[in-house]
Amino acid sequence: MTYEPVIGLEVHAQLLTRSKIFCGCSTTFGASPNSHTCPVCLGMPGVLPVLNRSVVEYSLRMALATHCRIAPYSQFARKNYFYPDLPKGYQISQYELPLARDGWVEIRTEAGIKKIRIHRIHMEEDAGKLVHDEYQPVSYVDFNRTGVPLIEIVSEPDIASPEEAATYLRTLREILRYLEICDGNMEEGSLRCDANISLRPTGAKFLGVKTELKNMNSFKNVQKALEFEIRRQSALLERGEPVVQETRLWDANRNITVSMRGKEEAHDYRYFPDPDLVPIEIDADWIQTVRSSLPELPDAKRNRFMDQYGLSSSDADVLTSSRSLADYFEAVVRAFPQPKTAANWIMSELMRELKKDDCEVEDCPVSPDNLVELLSLLDSGTVSGKMAKGVFEEMYATGKTASTIVAEKGLKQVKDAGTIESLVEEVLSENTVEVTQYRAGKEKLMGFFVGQVMKKSKGKANPQMVNEILRKKLRG
Amino acid sequence: MSEKITREEVRHVATLARLELMEAEESRMTRHLNQVLAYMEKLNELDTSDVPATTHAIELKNVFRPDEVIPSLDRAKALNNAPQSDGASFVVPKVI
Repeated sequence: MTYEPVIGLEVHAQLLTRSKIFCGCSTTFGASPNSHTCPVCLGMPGVLPVLNRSVVEYSLRMALATHCRIAPYSQFARKNYFYPDLPKGYQISQYELPLARDGWVEIRTEAGIKKIRIHRIHMEEDAGKLVHDEYQPVSYVDFNRTGVPLIEIVSEPDIASPEEAATYLRTLREILRYLEICDGNMEEGSLRCDANISLRPTGAKFLGVKTELKNMNSFKNVQKALEFEIRRQSALLERGEPVVQETRLWDANRNITVSMRGKEEAHDYRYFPDPDLVPIEIDADWIQTVRSSLPELPDAKRNRFMDQYGLSSSDADVLTSSRSLADYFEAVVRAFPQPKTAANWIMSELMRELKKDDCEVEDCPVSPDNLVELLSLLDSGTVSGKMAKGVFEEMYATGKTASTIVAEKGLKQVKDAGTIESLVEEVLSENTVEVTQYRAGKEKLMGFFVGQVMKKSKGKANPQMVNEILRKKLRG
Repeated sequence: MSEKITREEVRHVATLARLELMEAEESRMTRHLNQVLAYMEKLNELDTSDVPATTHAIELKNVFRPDEVIPSLDRAKALNNAPQSDGASFVVPKVI
């Protein structure tokens, strides 16, 4: 029998607020342990959490960008469980009355555009971080992350393959980054993903028993964990054995999922409304204000890039993969209105250098204006294409402008016919044998002559002119 | 008095709360919790069909603070109540 997977993702995104969700402690990543804590986030008795307004605004941005219905009335709840990373013994989250429900995003698959429905988006606080001692039976608890704001984005089980899961996750990440509410860094944990997956006979309508997968901290691991789980579950079903509903951890070293064996089995969180936090009411005005502040989103931008600049869909994909890269491209095209040339330079030269340094376009040493200057020098024939690439590398390495580098290195292309003629004549008189052969019909020697002339000019002669003059002289 | 809460449920709740109960305590808690619930039953005598469900007694809503960082607690103070610490972290029995 063949089986098809049914997958739903729960995605946690850390919001880029300056302070925590319920207190004024800093959210900066990487501070020394427990230096960003206070009585509120340490869960000391008698303290009162107060909601950070920006958390609501950021969450609303994501909810609106994913076409969710905003709840006019929502409420925080306590999720009770004991774990040392949770100082209060409960996590403040939302349960019955989440901020938003019933949205969707479109993902692009090989079979075309597919809609993945979003079940709900809610706000909650992050937990602390545990470091386990390798030699002693102790763990170290750092509460800096406790109370950092999160949104949890829960999809409907609309995802039909591991590839779709990865694409959906990338799509969410792109939107979060466009909205500037989350940096989307999976390695640092500012974007995290759990997956629910079950199998059913292909085409069936019912749902099989699902497992929940955790601990997948990269796009690749999400895909690999789901692929493994499909193999594991189908092997069980083939043998007529039941799939056990449980939480499983992805072990990236061994490439398998491992049962958490009942540790968190009893999902008995005894949620109840948090009496310390008053309800949130969001009216149409507030929604409208947030909606009108939304930036152009990835899909809209991609389509506009294709329409307005005549870019292919794959080029538009690359250039809209981040908002800052798209902005960079548009800044270049505004001053140098040849979109295809600009796109090619950005996607090949610029992105190669950025990738080499693991650098974001925001920190690129070559500003859009500087790239415009280089492209203009190229366009006017002041520098050749080959030289321009060298100049670009130099610009990237030193931060100097194109014209400075061209002047310093004497890189200006030689376009003076007299100068090129004398170079050509030198080459012909030094290679009389080849000249005779060429004139006898061995025309592929043309490349040899061009090469010799370019070498004499140190690469600066205009190649078209070299070709023309050579042909003329060789015709004799 | 009909039993609202069984001894089994008391054990379950105790486990969730990480409490270890002696057998006598289990019996006593079962009895007490049933008494509490019986008292709460009284509330069901009220007709609340016209009263919307509510989570707060006071009509406050939308209480926010601005997104501003204020100084955190001095770390030594934060760790003051820790059962054990290494001067930087809370140290607890190993959990995985």
